[in-house]
Amino acid sequence: MANGLASRPELDRDRFVPRAGLVRGWVDLYLTMFRVAILNNIQYRVANYFYMIGMIAEPVIYLVVWSTIARQEGGEVGGLTPGQLAAYYIVWTLVRQMNIVFTVYGWDERIREGELSAMLLQPLFPIHRDIAFLAGWKLVTIVMWLPIAAVLTLIFSPALDVRPIDVAVFAVAIWGAYLVRTMLYWILGMASFWTTRGGPIFQLMFTAELLLSGRLVPLSLLPDWAQRLADVLPFKWTFGYPIDALIGQLPTGELVGGLAMQLLWIVVGVIGVRVVWRVAIRRYSAVNG
Amino acid sequence: MAGREPLRPFVLAARFFRIGALNELQYRANFAIQVFQSAIALGTGLAVLALVFSQTTALNGWSEPELLVVMGVHILMGGLIGMVIQPNMVRLMEDIRRGSLDFVLTKPDDAQVLVSVRDIQVWQAVDGLTGAIVIVFAVAQLGGAVGLGQALLFGLAFVLGGLTIYCFWLILTVGAFWVVRIDQIVELFEGVYQSGRWPVTIYPGWLQVSLTFLVPIAFAVTVPAQALTGRLTLGTLALAAGFAIGLMAFTRWWWRFGLRRYSGASA
Repeated sequence: MANGLASRPELDRDRFVPRAGLVRGWVDLYLTMFRVAILNNIQYRVANYFYMIGMIAEPVIYLVVWSTIARQEGGEVGGLTPGQLAAYYIVWTLVRQMNIVFTVYGWDERIREGELSAMLLQPLFPIHRDIAFLAGWKLVTIVMWLPIAAVLTLIFSPALDVRPIDVAVFAVAIWGAYLVRTMLYWILGMASFWTTRGGPIFQLMFTAELLLSGRLVPLSLLPDWAQRLADVLPFKWTFGYPIDALIGQLPTGELVGGLAMQLLWIVVGVIGVRVVWRVAIRRYSAVNG
Repeated sequence: MAGREPLRPFVLAARFFRIGALNELQYRANFAIQVFQSAIALGTGLAVLALVFSQTTALNGWSEPELLVVMGVHILMGGLIGMVIQPNMVRLMEDIRRGSLDFVLTKPDDAQVLVSVRDIQVWQAVDGLTGAIVIVFAVAQLGGAVGLGQALLFGLAFVLGGLTIYCFWLILTVGAFWVVRIDQIVELFEGVYQSGRWPVTIYPGWLQVSLTFLVPIAFAVTVPAQALTGRLTLGTLALAAGFAIGLMAFTRWWWRFGLRRYSGASA
């Protein structure tokens, strides 16, 4: 490497860093972030348990309401028995944990506090840090989730009928869901480059997601037009699909097709992130800038 | 000094409300945002009710307008919590952690009253108003079955419920004198509070008991809604009153007990 350039490698990395170095750097970053996140999560395990228990209230409420209706209506609602609803909302709790991505409200601080300047200096596109950190976080969360799932299973006796292929597809689909949602919320969060009052936009999106993802109710309980709307939006691939993949006895075609849809939305998301980022970054002036 | 004038807490609250209002009136766009957000929340709630009643005609004996009453009370109480209770408690946690509670303790008024009314989020009143409108609308749908007596019972049950929730929050917040970092309970409470959207009687027994005595959602939302829908028995009301009074006495003692742990900023 030429002398003068060694002190500022980030400027010309594409030309001077060999390709193999880039890949190694990328793997290094992920492994390091995993470790940081895991240690971090273990350190604050009590606080995190509080947080997880707070999250459990939501599906338990939905489950109680809908199984009450199912029992009243002669044992099932929209083709789902109380046992199946219990299975749905228990798997829900894990999918919800997988769904946690960098918050859209965090962008305001990143921009205001100038954290973004540091991110811009890093040689890899900053989304990798977020993905890696929260992925590592989830590795601990999944372990912490197991006893919660056991307790919920004892209380609500879900009807579980799972084939090996369901488990395999589910294991991939929850990470696909994580990536789809990461892209979506990165794009949305970047609205903070234009406005400091992103709240209403964010809330509109949360509401659409709540109703059309399978978070509130299994999508089969929605009216037809809403189900068709859900089909063309990305939300159901982050929530309803992974759950149904595990417990919905989907035919193989639908299982694999769902993964393909997730991949499609990830690609669309990556393009979206790149485009919005490029425009957004031009609007950014750092604290000292 | 406090104690001698029974109306003193209300006078103080009114003054802090004025200061809060004057402060917030500088940021009028926040009002528009609050209206928008309340509207979305209301729309979501109505959509959920519509979804439920597309599958059934009554939920555990509660008809659609009756559940609308429950929803209205839930929003109204949520507005009250968001306007007065939660902001004050969050600020108290912060003050205990940083030692800035000194500034409150040195004031010549009752410290418990001061920490409970000094921070008022004016725009949250929009939520309260939304809740009130929903209640009026739902009651009208019930077919004018609500008389003056029931309205008074509702008012009483609502005040008792509000006091109970306030005590519950203060008891938890005082825990900050020992544990220091308890901001997670805000999330925990918001999650559990959503259960009040439905009458607590639909939950399994153990959960009903928890939602009545552990986290008093039943007294805050279900009991006032029962008053408006002709379900409130005298026994329930007496229980709500007894629980509220007992809890207030305990909270008072607990607050003083916790204060003894507080060592201030410079110690």
